[in-house]
Amino acid sequence: MPAHKFVRLVLKYVLLAWIALIFIFPIVFMVISSFKPDLQLLRDSASLRAFLPVGDLSLENYSAAFDRAPIRLFMFNSVFITAVTVCLSLLLSSLAAFSFVFLQWFGRSVLMAVILATFIVPFETIAVPLLLIVNNLPWLGLDGFKTGWLNSYHVQIIPFIADALTIFLFVQYFRDLPTELVEAARIDGATWFQVYRRVIIPLSGPVIATAAILKFLVMYNNQLLWPIMVVQEETYRPVMLGLQYFFQLNTAWGEIMAYLTIITLPVLAFYLVLQRAFIASIASTGIKG
Amino acid sequence: MGQVLLKSVRKSFGNTEVIPDLSLKVPDGSFTVLVGPSGCGKSTILRMIAGLEEVSSGSIEIDGLDVTYKEPSQRGIAMVFQSYALYPHMTVAENIGFGMILAKRPNAEINKRVREAAEILQLENLLDRKPKQLSGGQRQRVAIGRAITRDPKVFLFDEPLSNLDASLRGQMRVELAELHSKIGATMIYVTHDQVEAMTMADQIVVLNCGRIEQQGAPMDLYDGPETPFVAGFIGAPSMNFFEGPVASQLGCDTLGVRPEHIGLGDENCTLEGKIRYSEQLGSDTMVYVQHEVYGQITVRVEGSRKLEIGSRARLLLPEEFMHKFRGGRRISG
Repeated sequence: MPAHKFVRLVLKYVLLAWIALIFIFPIVFMVISSFKPDLQLLRDSASLRAFLPVGDLSLENYSAAFDRAPIRLFMFNSVFITAVTVCLSLLLSSLAAFSFVFLQWFGRSVLMAVILATFIVPFETIAVPLLLIVNNLPWLGLDGFKTGWLNSYHVQIIPFIADALTIFLFVQYFRDLPTELVEAARIDGATWFQVYRRVIIPLSGPVIATAAILKFLVMYNNQLLWPIMVVQEETYRPVMLGLQYFFQLNTAWGEIMAYLTIITLPVLAFYLVLQRAFIASIASTGIKG
Repeated sequence: MGQVLLKSVRKSFGNTEVIPDLSLKVPDGSFTVLVGPSGCGKSTILRMIAGLEEVSSGSIEIDGLDVTYKEPSQRGIAMVFQSYALYPHMTVAENIGFGMILAKRPNAEINKRVREAAEILQLENLLDRKPKQLSGGQRQRVAIGRAITRDPKVFLFDEPLSNLDASLRGQMRVELAELHSKIGATMIYVTHDQVEAMTMADQIVVLNCGRIEQQGAPMDLYDGPETPFVAGFIGAPSMNFFEGPVASQLGCDTLGVRPEHIGLGDENCTLEGKIRYSEQLGSDTMVYVQHEVYGQITVRVEGSRKLEIGSRARLLLPEEFMHKFRGGRRISG
């Protein structure tokens, strides 16, 4: 390899390594700090020792965190709410996108434009009207009929099932699939739902992975404002609300780091499982995270 | 019976009319080729017969039944696409049997008919493979196999060979012709390749701007083209056209003579020009002669002839092979 090419390659890798370190440092800091007592954590934070597993390391922060907040319940709530929302979102968004791309119906372009326009509306804008709506909606549950969705799982799930980004991702992906496959299936005698289920969905692995990860991240990480508004009972609280248990008179930073490490694990696991499909999809659709 | 009738069919996309009032009869059991340049509406006609495009007006009958508003699967047709349109996530066997799987036929029947189709198309050893593991020719065979198992009254082919290389195309032409004689179903085949049209068709329908220019047996169109468009489209290389003195002396405004019918080096020549270029193809030689008034004239002579570029060439236009047109219509044989 010529010298100038070698130098360029080295520089490229140094730059990439530097960028990778910038992204990974906060996570390393969080994990390492979760094993340190508060005093040492604060003392180390001014030096590189903050990123190194040195000094008095123990699992005490973890056991204290479990004592301070019902982590298992919050974790279950978060994972349950996120998983149900992601599954329903994938189903409804892909069906909506299928209809937009493959079916001919009056007003579909206008409706698609309206859905895309909701991109620019921040959630904070609609939070209060949404609260008023869900507070007056009926619900038939196991304990009978009641009005108002507050303090429940479904109030944290249903308003977030459909969103413009997920529909848009599916629409873009479906548009790139060869139309002849749909036509061939129609000639073979498939109903529109069979075309969706037996031809389109089996070919949509990459976009399903991308949409699932993006939706998972949004749902899992943003469970703060809305749950504060609609959930007063501990039973339905997600992990993000659990953080408030640690910000009291004396903030226990070690416990916070332990708590954050625990609640980061599902995101990490989910990403690791789907990362190959996610990267493939990002590469093929040109969508940037 | 698999006769197809198009009655006063029109098709518009928005304000653009692509098929203006077309009527066509495709006889039962025939191999009819729709041929024409890109954008002439041949694929649109095929898609309307398949039910993949709605007609703007008019009606379509298949086997005596009005299918104008029927679903594609209820028309008794099967279609082979240019891109093969095989389901990438299914094996060859699943691709071929997909229609029967949807129709919830018994497994034994599905397996039997898939095997029969595979046998006809020599796909027996490939049934467990996915489409991406197949060559272009094998994929096309699978697409045809999928069509066969539907047991249709009418097969529709939309430029099925255009993605294949020249030698494979020739081989598949023969296989399709054999398949037609073996199963005897009505076949409608769309292509822009007039060689495919001439070699496979019982009936050729030449289309231009959504209208039928002429329809008939291949040799009828070759020997007696009704319009200069058909004369120029059927036959390779294309017919030579002459306008001006040569044509007016013979009482027409356009005179056409095919390259293979022009004599070269004859004493009693009609025209004289300069040889621009010649191509030796082995079996015959293509000679491109530049004439001062009529421009380039293509001549095909039998055998391999070495001709000097720039030398004079004397051309004879035999009367019996002349095609005379006036006002865009044929006036004599």
